[in-house]
Amino acid sequence: MTPLLAVGNLRKDYPGPRRWLGLGRPQHVVHAVASVSFAIAPGETLALVGESGCGKSTVARIILRLIPATGGSVEFDGRDMLALRGRELRALRRRLQIVFQDPYGSLNPRMTVRQTLREPLDIHRIATGGARDERVRSLLAEVGLGSELADAYPHELSGGQRQRVGIARALAVEPALVVCDEPVSALDVSVQAQVLNLLADLRAHRRLTYLFIAHDLAVVRHIADRVAVMYLGRIVEEAPAPTLYAQPRHPYTRALLSAVPVPDPAAQRTRVTLQGDPPSPANAPSGCPFHPRCPHPAKNDRCRTELPVLRELAPAHRAACHFADATL
Amino acid sequence: MTEPLLRVRDLRTYFVSARGPGTARAVDGVSFDLFGGETLGIVGESGCGKSVMSQSILRLVPEPPGHILPGSLVEYAGRNLLTLAPRELRAIRGNRIAMVFQEPLTSLNPVLTVGDQIAESAIVHQRLARPAARARAIEMLQLVGIPDAAARVDQYPHELSGGMRQRVMIAMALVCHPQVLIADEPTTALDVTIQAQILELLDRLQGELAMAVLLITHDLGIVAGQADRVIVMYAGQVVESAATPALFAHPGHPYTAGLLASVPRLDRPRTRLEAIPGQVPAATAWPAGCRFHPRCPYAWDRCRTAEPPLLEVRPGHAARCWLVEEPARREAPPRAAPR
Repeated sequence: MTPLLAVGNLRKDYPGPRRWLGLGRPQHVVHAVASVSFAIAPGETLALVGESGCGKSTVARIILRLIPATGGSVEFDGRDMLALRGRELRALRRRLQIVFQDPYGSLNPRMTVRQTLREPLDIHRIATGGARDERVRSLLAEVGLGSELADAYPHELSGGQRQRVGIARALAVEPALVVCDEPVSALDVSVQAQVLNLLADLRAHRRLTYLFIAHDLAVVRHIADRVAVMYLGRIVEEAPAPTLYAQPRHPYTRALLSAVPVPDPAAQRTRVTLQGDPPSPANAPSGCPFHPRCPHPAKNDRCRTELPVLRELAPAHRAACHFADATL
Repeated sequence: MTEPLLRVRDLRTYFVSARGPGTARAVDGVSFDLFGGETLGIVGESGCGKSVMSQSILRLVPEPPGHILPGSLVEYAGRNLLTLAPRELRAIRGNRIAMVFQEPLTSLNPVLTVGDQIAESAIVHQRLARPAARARAIEMLQLVGIPDAAARVDQYPHELSGGMRQRVMIAMALVCHPQVLIADEPTTALDVTIQAQILELLDRLQGELAMAVLLITHDLGIVAGQADRVIVMYAGQVVESAATPALFAHPGHPYTAGLLASVPRLDRPRTRLEAIPGQVPAATAWPAGCRFHPRCPYAWDRCRTAEPPLLEVRPGHAARCWLVEEPARREAPPRAAPR
């Protein structure tokens, strides 16, 4: 099947700090996204997982054209997203929406829920008058909010309700692909479950395609069909969700999985604790970017000098580790 | 049974505002014991009062608008910390009872080196001279696993990563070898691999220093791995308390059971999550009767009118729920929860 979204060798560089009171030449370039490629089929949910600074949100913002890319390609529905401008870009944006992490920061505090939901309908000239009101009502119902909340301001809503408004706003323009950037990480666990279930229901009813950005592998497991793990601006492992959780091949994926606290006091886990901090993208290590923290027993000079390529280990299962074939 | 190190009885911290919706009963009658050497987990979601409760113990709640009600007791070494003279309280705070906060960047002073900040307690409480306090700071940095401690001691907080800053916070708290460490969401701001490092560190230090730890967290996974006993808070109250294995095996309160069912987990087959319907009520208007009844699948008339006390499920395990007295109702099919 042709993918709905195809990202190829995506790169994003930022200039490093400048000398001479910020007027001199940048000292070094920061590769926030080094080279990222993936594709999402229609109706599929791909999760992009990693810790802070790995570049996952930067990828999302480039895809939505919120920030420019340094290099690479983004094809949406067969069209080159990065080359579009003006009216064509606006038309395509209708089909590509985002739900942000912080529902408070991403809603206008001076607009009621009704006004927030009307805005995209007006901008894209989707509905007016009575049809517009009807549209707002059905959107609220769809995300599980009562119509009495239509005239509420964001500060009158709870975190979970705000996130539902954020989801309704994204759905207002009938998108094909929704980028969910940490949509539940600011929510309490009982509300997080509500919103995850809602996202799953909406996907089923509307046949949505999700790019789901998250740091929590346990959350991702409940929504993703496929998972790509990022470290320092690169994808280090990618696999169908069941495979990734059952047979992780990259030592970083293994460490991430074992670091998730399990709510079971009897769980006897062999925790792989990583030493040290993730390095800064401004100062990426040579060779395999993970090698300074890698607990793999076979780690050798090759890891320190040669960047491992993301290679296919089994159909649809890719990992970037020199020792990905060896089982531990 | 041995004497508890810290005895909290009927602690009530209210926030009063002249305008606005009225008095917020953030902590509303909390009682528990903390014994020497144990880790007591306090779990709950935002707005349940767990952080205000932990700040009230050392009187760190700003007054006004906060107000700890007379009749509240926090007993340490035979004295009520809530009525102690400020001077006497200062001799205990940071010395015998220390605290680690969630946000390491905002809780550290940006214009002082980490060494100076760690040394401060040692100078104030143990009257160490500057060179001795500095040596002590280096020793503490080594203890919390910061490499190259002799150089790091002269760095400023902004030069350190988030995980390193949290290690510095822990070093600061432990300089005087406190008997009690209150850790309020110590890993919430950290990435999961760094969180694992910090939890391992806390575990090791607790053993080495024989401290009691009051671990406040929203994460049931962290509690399961760290705590000996657990207290679950909801709407300003303790709704359940039990030894950790018992709490996870037989949650007595429907809220505890609901929380457990809503956690996405890696160790179970993937199923639809069971969310708790509705949301946490506002602290200015706790529901009448049982405060959880509007969200509870079992609620019946009694729950809407009468507030349950903490009832003993079995020795050492209590739940604030009428189901303890009427267990047959647990078998009744719960009403379908709204989406």
